[in-house]
Amino acid sequence: MLAASSVEMRKVNKYYGKFQALKDVDLSIPPGKVTCLIGPSGSGKSTLLRCINFLEEYDSGEVRIDGQLIGYDAPNKKMSGRKLREMRRSIGIVFQQFNLWPHMTAKENVAEGLIRVRRMSKADADRRASEALAKVGLADKFASHPSRLSGGQQQRVAIARAIAMEPKLMLFDEPTSALDPELVGEVLSVMRTLADEGMTMVVVTHEMGFAAHVADQVGFMEKGELIDIGSPDRILHRPQDARIQSFLRTYHERNSF
Amino acid sequence: MFSLAVFFQSFGPLFWAARYTLLISVLGIGLGIVIGTLICAARLSPYPQLRSFAGIWVSFLRGVPLLVQLLVFYYALPVIGLDVPAMVAAVVVVGICASAYISEIWRGAIAALPKGQAEAADAIGMTPVDVWTRVILPQAVALSLPALINELILLVKASSLVSVVGILEITRASQAQAATTFRPLEVYIAAACIYLLINLCLAALGRYIEHRTNV
Repeated sequence: MLAASSVEMRKVNKYYGKFQALKDVDLSIPPGKVTCLIGPSGSGKSTLLRCINFLEEYDSGEVRIDGQLIGYDAPNKKMSGRKLREMRRSIGIVFQQFNLWPHMTAKENVAEGLIRVRRMSKADADRRASEALAKVGLADKFASHPSRLSGGQQQRVAIARAIAMEPKLMLFDEPTSALDPELVGEVLSVMRTLADEGMTMVVVTHEMGFAAHVADQVGFMEKGELIDIGSPDRILHRPQDARIQSFLRTYHERNSF
Repeated sequence: MFSLAVFFQSFGPLFWAARYTLLISVLGIGLGIVIGTLICAARLSPYPQLRSFAGIWVSFLRGVPLLVQLLVFYYALPVIGLDVPAMVAAVVVVGICASAYISEIWRGAIAALPKGQAEAADAIGMTPVDVWTRVILPQAVALSLPALINELILLVKASSLVSVVGILEITRASQAQAATTFRPLEVYIAAACIYLLINLCLAALGRYIEHRTNV
């Protein structure tokens, strides 16, 4: 069983100039559970997710990882870079566009953080990187550069890069949105394995099937607000709010033929 | 009549002079890379004074012709009591002038990298120094190699301007040769051939490096 983190968000607000991207968002993410965030584009799902590791700097409110505030020491007093880096070491993130480093092989992409951040020896880092790549089913691709890999393979390398750091919390920012449809499955199955191992996961996604079958809770966002959060069954099959009903209706219409 | 004999005889002294052309270009681009990197760092720094200094540096050096910069520098030094050999003055001016272009080449290459590259490194807790040395710069350098080779080719041609401060590089040597043989056409065509040869070699080198870094 992995050590798993919890996240508590209280009254989180985020502005881009005058535009309010997040409005008083409260969200509890229990340890070892999978939380999926759904909603229309531009609703603030990714922004909210990126506030959890402070890649996006929230303007007010609190984001706590295992009780510890991230990004700030006190209201309006930014945390030191060193302290923030320390906290980020145990939070993995997987991006929509993979963001692999193209000048490094798959194994080097995974080993880089182990060597630079974890201060592991090259040999130990290589061993750990190989294990992580084997875990995502890429044991035969150690020496490949990202440009030689399919989108699904690149995303699995990105997941290996994150899990090799032994995070206690994994964030997924639309991990399958940039993939061709036939490559989505391989990425989702790796994510499902992680979920089964008890990793705390927050997943921004348009994959309703994944949300319905893997998530412990599903949150729906619109216009910077968390409209509702609850069991997948309640949110996806018996939605109370008209905005969720309308979003799901559009989704079903688009996906039926 | 075009004299082939004069044409071929000109190559000897001009090749000999080409060593100054190459020396000035190569040292110039070396100095330009060092200063250009610092200027680019200043331009991207969080300090407004450094940023505006770098901005002025680039605008000024790009806005004044190299020939005028050379003359000003060469004649200004004795006024402030510095006796600098012409060769040193030439390399310094060519290097400073190149630094303006090179800092812009770096800046463009860095700006061309997707934001996610640095974000992925930040997110796993890499220090800013590691983010720059391991993720951003290796990619920016590879991206800018073609532009840097191009800049070197421009410098080889621009180095003909240092003939005005008395350095016997290809252009100055061909002027001397033309004056003694009274066959300017043959001599200058020979000079053109030598410049062309140097730059074709540099372009081939550029293609080779580009090919190597692509794989």
